[in-house]
Formats: sequence, structure tokens, C-alpha cells
Amino acid sequence: MENKKLTKVDLIFENDGTCATTVLDKIKAMSQDDIIMEMIDSGLKGRGGAGFPTGLKWKFTKAENSFDKYIVCNADEGEPGTFKDREILDTVPSKVFAGMTIAGYAIGAKVGYLYLRAEYNFLLKKLNDKLDSFNATIKDKGFDFRIEIRSGAGAYICGEESALFESIEGKRGEPRNKPPYPTVSGLFGKPTVINNVETLVYATMIMKYGADNFKKMGTQDSRGSKVFSISGDTPNAGIYELELGMTVEDFVSDFGDGDTKAVQVGGASGLCVPRKKFADMIIGYEGVPTGGSMMLFNSSRSMYNVLKDYLEFFAEESCGQCTPCRVGCQQLLEGIEAVKRGEKHPSYLESLKKLAETMKLSAKCGLGQSVANPFVSIVDNFREEIIY
Amino acid sequence: MTDVNVIINEKIEKFGKERQALMPILQGIVADKNYITEDELLKVAEALDLSAADVYGTATFYTFLDVVPRGKYVIRVCKTISCHMAGKDEIIEALEKTLKVKLGETTPDKKFTLLQANCMGWCHKGPVMLINDEVYPELTSEKAIAIVEEYIAK
Ligand SMILES: Cc1cc2nc3c(=O)[nH]c(=O)nc-3n(C[C@H](O)[C@H](O)[C@H](O)COP(=O)(O)O)c2cc1C
Ligand code: SF4
Ligand code: FES
Repeated sequence: MENKKLTKVDLIFENDGTCATTVLDKIKAMSQDDIIMEMIDSGLKGRGGAGFPTGLKWKFTKAENSFDKYIVCNADEGEPGTFKDREILDTVPSKVFAGMTIAGYAIGAKVGYLYLRAEYNFLLKKLNDKLDSFNATIKDKGFDFRIEIRSGAGAYICGEESALFESIEGKRGEPRNKPPYPTVSGLFGKPTVINNVETLVYATMIMKYGADNFKKMGTQDSRGSKVFSISGDTPNAGIYELELGMTVEDFVSDFGDGDTKAVQVGGASGLCVPRKKFADMIIGYEGVPTGGSMMLFNSSRSMYNVLKDYLEFFAEESCGQCTPCRVGCQQLLEGIEAVKRGEKHPSYLESLKKLAETMKLSAKCGLGQSVANPFVSIVDNFREEIIY
Repeated sequence: MTDVNVIINEKIEKFGKERQALMPILQGIVADKNYITEDELLKVAEALDLSAADVYGTATFYTFLDVVPRGKYVIRVCKTISCHMAGKDEIIEALEKTLKVKLGETTPDKKFTLLQANCMGWCHKGPVMLINDEVYPELTSEKAIAIVEEYIAK
């Protein structure tokens, strides 16, 4: 791609072959608290979607008094439109393992699990081979830490942290109530740090280059850079690491096809930004947050079809454990279909929006809580397309 | 095909006799036999000292842990938005014709099962399908047919 506006960054995929081992040597000479302070200072927020400050997560987990603690790398990457973690695991796996080791050392965990979605089973052999030698390196360097891989089995909900723990424990991937948070009671009921693949690689790079270099990039609320997965109506579909702080307009001017009418930021569970809001919407925690999924739609697309696709996704992937989500997802889907067919008056959309807002308040986990994001933003901005 | 008890014991050796061995065992059975039979579920329950209902409930939660008969090659075409826009419907149609089955069905010779699945993490290279663990991105109808014909010849 010819880069017109946005600043491309090369931290995540930088691959000099020695990065992981150099960083391990470096942190060995640091105290646990120094590492955590550096992470807090960097301003890094979780790259899996929720955006919790990574350094704080580590600090809380270190503060827990428990003999057993765990690190979990979330490689479930199921959010529609997200594919960057696959590329990271494929090209720079040792930087992921290094991030897990840094986290493990900082909080006092002896075991780390990487939970890999079943759709990425094709990576399993390669990752296990890499891991054999990496575990040996960790040991050589004198860390009391080892990493194991666990596989998923085709369930989007297992990307939700507590559902993921249930799955590793051999159960149905049904989310738990929160609190307690994973920092207190996570995998096997022990204090656990769970981080996204990309977050852990940033931890490695922050240890390599220092927090100051990282926080020079981005904005007050959204420090550093981020890997974006770009798909849909774009001539430049692919994976790009970009400095944070751009507006949707900046983004569209580099990645649009000249006819972009909407960008879905953050995947099916994210927000739909229509053209009229491109200019003042910042991609980041001060505006529209994203785990990296950016889907572009041009004027040939029906936003009704887009919304219907998302609702089918949620209706299928809802774990069915709580009523607001199990019933709500289906009602929203049937509701827009009925409006489309003319069986329901367009004003029925208002009732459906209320239902979505109720799900936000009453659903047990992030899946049911976030259905209102696409629903309300698409219905409000593309009402005519939903009705006619 | 491996005897189910061999798979169970191999996984128990690696993951312990605890509940956390359940997923690896079920995954191991699917990898070897394409799906899990009732008889096998009972054997797993017995080996881990769990109720059969519990093992069944866990297996059926996960789309990749099939408990209904599946072909030797399970084809999963991505149906989510980016692949939808990129033309997954044509791919499915082409495969239905080639395999002479409808979506969700298994060929009479038990060689292929044709399914849809949600986003597989290749949205920039859709349409995409999985055949067992293998990924086939950037499909056209012709490409999809050629790939499946290679499997037919196997
Ligand atoms: C329905 C649902 C699915 C999720 N899927 C993922 C996922 O695939 N990968 C991921 O890293 N986080 C996912 N998350 C967020 C995790 O629960 C968790 O916040 C994250 O792994 C924490 O890591 P981070 O702080 O490094 O982002 C999901 C959350 C929800 C509610
Ligand atoms: S909100 Fe949906 S996915 Fe989450 S626990 Fe309830 S039913 Fe399950
Ligand atoms: S939408 Fe098909 S791989 Fe993501």
C-alpha cells in the first residue's frame, strides 16, 4: 500500500531472531516491581478488545498471595474481522512466548497456557516445536516457568476470559459471574493474568525499547501502536500496524475504495461508524475502541444484510446460559426480519432498541452486553435500509 | 484408526486423570475418528470418573466436537460477513454440486461432510474453507472444486 496519511509502525512483526532471548536476559536483571512499573508507565492497554491497562492487571495479580498463579495467552481470536493474532503466532511466536514469560516472572506464575482456537490447528505443530526449544531456553536462563498449549474447539464465547478458563478446565465454555475477577480467581480458581496475543508481544517490545519509546506514539488515552485487521470493501485488505490516534476519516482515506459508506470498528460486537461521522471519530479509547477489526462497506452493500449477518452470528454463538442474551439475540434477529417483510411497523425498531439496551444491562457477559453496539449504531444510522 | 482406549490412556498420561484431560481426549477422538460415538462418550466418562451426561454436555457445547456421524473430510466454509461479501454462497453451491450433497450432509461413501462455520480468521482472503485442519483461502468456485477433487482422488 502506498502510505498516504497514516504512520506505519514495525514493532510487532520486527523479526531479528534474537529479540526474545535478549529481552529475557534484560528482565532477569530487573525486579518484579520494576517490570510492572515499566508496563504501567508505558500506558499499554489490552489489545483483545476490552482495553484494561496491562500493567495494572499484572500489579493486582502479583499482589495476590497464592502459591499457584497462571498466565494465559488468549489466542482464541474469534471476533469477526480479526485475523492479526494468527499472523503474529505464525511469524513471531517466540515474541509471544517471551511476553508470557515476562508476565509470569513479574507476577510469580510458574505455568503459562496458550489457548489456541481450533480454526488455527494448522499452526499447532509448528508452535509446539518452537515451544519445545523455547521452554528449554527459559529454563537455561534460570526462570521457573513453562508454557503449554491448549486447544479450543470452535466456540466464539471461549474468547471471553472466564469461559476460556472453563474450557481449559474441561467444561462447557460458559462465562462466570464477575467479580471475582481473574486477577483474584481465574484459571483453576487461582490468580491469573489473561492477555491477548498482541498485548503480550507489546510487553516484549516495551521491555526491549523502554516505556518512553512506546508512549511517544499515540494519544493520552491510547498510547502506542496497534495491529489492525482490515477487510471488506478495500483495495488494501490485510494486516497493518499503525500509530493510534487517527480518525476514521484518516483511516478511510488510506484504506477506502473511494465509496466507503460505513466502517464497522471492533468487529460484530463493535460500533458502526457512518460516513457523516468519519471526520470527528477517533479510533481508540477516546472514541471508538477496537480489538483490531476494521470492516469497510461501500455504497453497494445493504446494511440490513450486514446487521442480519451479525445477529445470526450472535444468536449462534450465544452460550445460552442467561435469558436476556439467549432470547434477546433471537428476538432482535426475528424482529428486523419482520420489519423488513412489513409484518411489523417500523416503529417496532424502537422496541428492539430498548431490548438491546436491556441486554446491555442484564446479560451476564460481554457477548450479550455488546449486541447493542452494532444493533443501535446500524439501526440509528441506516434506518431506511433496515425498513425498505 | 486407533482404539479409543489407547487415545484415552495416551491423553491421561499427558494431561492427568483430572477433568482438564477431557477436552484433549475428545479432541483426540475427533482427530482420529472424525466424530465421537455414544459408546466412546461412555468410555471417556468412565475413564475420568464423570457422569455420561456431563461428558455429553461438554462435547455438544463445542462445534468442532461432533457427536453425529461425519465424513473423513469435514469441509467448513466460512459464512461470516467478509466471506459472505466475497462470495461464500457460490462456493457452497459449487461444492454441493461437486459432492452431490446439501449443506449439512455427508456423502454416502462417508468421505465428506459439508458444513458452514463462523469467521475463521482469514477475512482479508475470503472466501475461505477448512478441510479438517487445512486452510484454503482466496477461493473461487473453480479453485474450491479443484481442491475437493484432489481429496476425492485420495
Ligand atoms: C464474547 C467475547 C469474546 C472475546 N474474544 C476474545 C478473543 O478472541 N481474544 C482476546 O484476546 N480477547 C477476547 N475477549 C476479551 C477477553 O475476555 C479479555 O478481556 C482479554 O483476553 C484480555 O486481554 P487483554 O487485556 O490483553 O486485551 C472476548 C470477550 C468477550 C466478551
Ligand atoms: S450473555 Fe450470552 S454468551 Fe454471555 S453468559 Fe449470557 S447467554 Fe452466555
Ligand atoms: S469472515 Fe470469513 S474468515 Fe473472517
